[in-house]
Amino acid sequence: MTREQVWEYAPAPESRDVARLKPAYRMFVDGEFVDGTGEPLKTVNPATEEVLAEVGTASPADVDRAVRAARRAHDRMWGRMPGAERAKYLFRIARLVQERARELAVLETLDNGKPIRESRDVDVPLVAAHFFHHAGWADKLAYAGYGPDPRPLGVAGQVIPWNFPLLMAAWKIAPALACGNTVVLKPAETTPLSALVLAEICQQADLPPGVVNIVPGAGDVGAELVNHPGVNKVAFTGSTEVGKLIQRAVAGTGKKLTLELGGKAANVVFDDAPLDQAVEGIVNGIFFNQGHVCCAGSRLLVQESVADELLETLRRRVSTLRVGDPLDKNTDVGAINSAEQLARIRELAESGDAEGARRWTSPCPLPDKGFFFAPTVFSEVQQSMRIAREEIFGPVLAVLTFRTPDEAVAKANNTPYGLSAGIWTEKGSRILWMAQRLRAGVVWANTFNRFDPSAPFGGYRESGFGREGGRAGLEAYLDV
Amino acid sequence: MAALSTGTAAGERETPAPRPSPLPPDLADATRDESTLRRFLHGLPGVDAVGLEQRAAALATRSIKKAAKLWAIDTAIGMVDLTTLEGADTPGKVRALAAKARRPDPARPEVPSVAAVCVYPDLVDTAVAELRGTGIGVASVATAFPSGRSGLRVKVADTELAVEAGASEVDMVIDRGAFLSGRYGRVFDEIVTIRRACRGAHLKVILETGELATYDNVRRASWLALLAGADFVKTSTGKVSPAATLPVTHVMLQAVRDWYDRTGTPRGVKPAGGIRTTKDAIRYLVAVHEVAGPRWLSPKLFRFGASSLLNDLLMQRRTQLSGHYSGPDYVAVD
Repeated sequence: MTREQVWEYAPAPESRDVARLKPAYRMFVDGEFVDGTGEPLKTVNPATEEVLAEVGTASPADVDRAVRAARRAHDRMWGRMPGAERAKYLFRIARLVQERARELAVLETLDNGKPIRESRDVDVPLVAAHFFHHAGWADKLAYAGYGPDPRPLGVAGQVIPWNFPLLMAAWKIAPALACGNTVVLKPAETTPLSALVLAEICQQADLPPGVVNIVPGAGDVGAELVNHPGVNKVAFTGSTEVGKLIQRAVAGTGKKLTLELGGKAANVVFDDAPLDQAVEGIVNGIFFNQGHVCCAGSRLLVQESVADELLETLRRRVSTLRVGDPLDKNTDVGAINSAEQLARIRELAESGDAEGARRWTSPCPLPDKGFFFAPTVFSEVQQSMRIAREEIFGPVLAVLTFRTPDEAVAKANNTPYGLSAGIWTEKGSRILWMAQRLRAGVVWANTFNRFDPSAPFGGYRESGFGREGGRAGLEAYLDV
Repeated sequence: MAALSTGTAAGERETPAPRPSPLPPDLADATRDESTLRRFLHGLPGVDAVGLEQRAAALATRSIKKAAKLWAIDTAIGMVDLTTLEGADTPGKVRALAAKARRPDPARPEVPSVAAVCVYPDLVDTAVAELRGTGIGVASVATAFPSGRSGLRVKVADTELAVEAGASEVDMVIDRGAFLSGRYGRVFDEIVTIRRACRGAHLKVILETGELATYDNVRRASWLALLAGADFVKTSTGKVSPAATLPVTHVMLQAVRDWYDRTGTPRGVKPAGGIRTTKDAIRYLVAVHEVAGPRWLSPKLFRFGASSLLNDLLMQRRTQLSGHYSGPDYVAVD
């Protein structure tokens, strides 16, 4: 047996040179990279804690300049350009993203900490797909069901999170541009790099100046942007707490708003589920992107009759997850994005211990440096515990059980959030029955965390409102 | 474990091979009669095709380099059942194959020999003579391979022919017609009967997954074969397309793993047909490693049914050591 057990996969790191990392990055306004007058920030590789680059940030005056540039671009050109012409730019951006896919994937992994396998196979391909999809819409808006000649809103102020930095930029920019809006986008403070390379791609695609503006910075820059009177539309993806602040700020201003906020999704497994694939779906639901996913399946609801069997298989499967260097092609779970986030995950996990849940942690080795948290499964969790109610946003799964479908629905819906849910059963009628009753914007059946630009994504209740993707997603960027 | 029905003709006079350990009560119960067997097989959790294929594709992206790759290549070589199953096979062809099996790469004597040579029953004696004392197994296909369309008497006689000629392993085919028409008891009895006729020879049961069509069927057929006493479950004859695929092998690896968890007895898996390159072989080994577990990374529990794979493994092995590609003329063509 000794010989059999020594198959250690040799390190297979992707080369970091591919990212063409620069010592300094600047904000992108009116078609040019310019020095921001805000306090520069340093962005860190969460897997090693080394500083990757210095990034210039926007001051209130810079935000104003960006919004004015976007206004000019919208009024003089982009807003009146025929859809077929706008489409050409979007197709070009999509192709450039594909051409520079490897560079973008490595850069994303360096800045965010997510495994290269995911940035390479999920994030970047989806970014290209979103641009392709919306390029196709640009000249067909009259057929989208929003009237014969739907008009753009104007300037969109967009604030995005750090969990999918480039993908969220694509989800925001592609539909806005397709509909004839111009954008000012603020990437997250800890992950500004890929959005700035996307700006480079916009330049490369000859996108007219001012159509896309990127203003890096912290929350104050976001607030400045959201509150700017020149903005017609605000789109925010991030925490429910900040979402509420934005909704208050925007109330009464006439600005159109969409919010994509937190979640505490239930992944419901019935006893007639395809159990092996359900285990895969549970793993993908909570450990994909280290659990930094607003629609993560962070609550597993499993029918009591299969709970023990499923949990045992799940633990064995989770033990095979490879945690470590995000640049290694064989890494399944990468680094937690920041020290703050790691502290929050630890704090919530400790509350699980204190409240009497049973903690199981994957025996995987963790790197000495960087921000890492081993995949963790809490069983014997009750609805009343914090780990079942609060969004952890990390690789921590809370397992609850149920006896009947009604109980599953009641527990699944017992959260102020309403973003996503999963149903696992081989019984088609039960899938439909559940889907009608689950209060979630996205319901997956026998899969989880699957995304496609043609499928609208978004939540309700405290998970926000508005849809991104598909025909429904266009509404957020049209004057309807 | 008793056969489900009586009247197994020729097989009956053989002494049953000793089972390593008695089945746990729930599994023993499953084989009591036709209806309990059906209930058990249909009570197995379903397989979701989309999820399975997604998992197989994700594992196939593992990047195996350097020492890990070299280890994988040597391990894969040691797992090859070097196969020739042609109407045109001759003793000469089998002797050539046996020589290759003993010493796959003459320039590098440290290369391990393969696990077994796999031939038709009438050529078993040639293979046995060539491989005596080498530790390399002689596997013979049997039971009206590849279609399995004959009577039980013929199948038993076919098996006996191989075993009497000295085959240490028997690769039988199941009656897919009986399986697809729901006559699980008949398939079960046949495997039990052939197992007896094997008289201790290692039994691999070929499910011919390309004809079973669904993953649910593959899972049921795997469990059926394991319940009937198969030492290995094998994907394909190589005569039907599709032959071995990664998702199908995943289902079978999961079955032997679940079997082990319930009975404590490890059983093996053999994908066969269509595995031609080192890259393919490594993908299978990754699946073995991560689905069944490290314990299965052994020729005792995992085999490749292949012919051209060996040469690609040898070429890749040289490339790993020398840093450059040599070419197909530097390995022996058989």
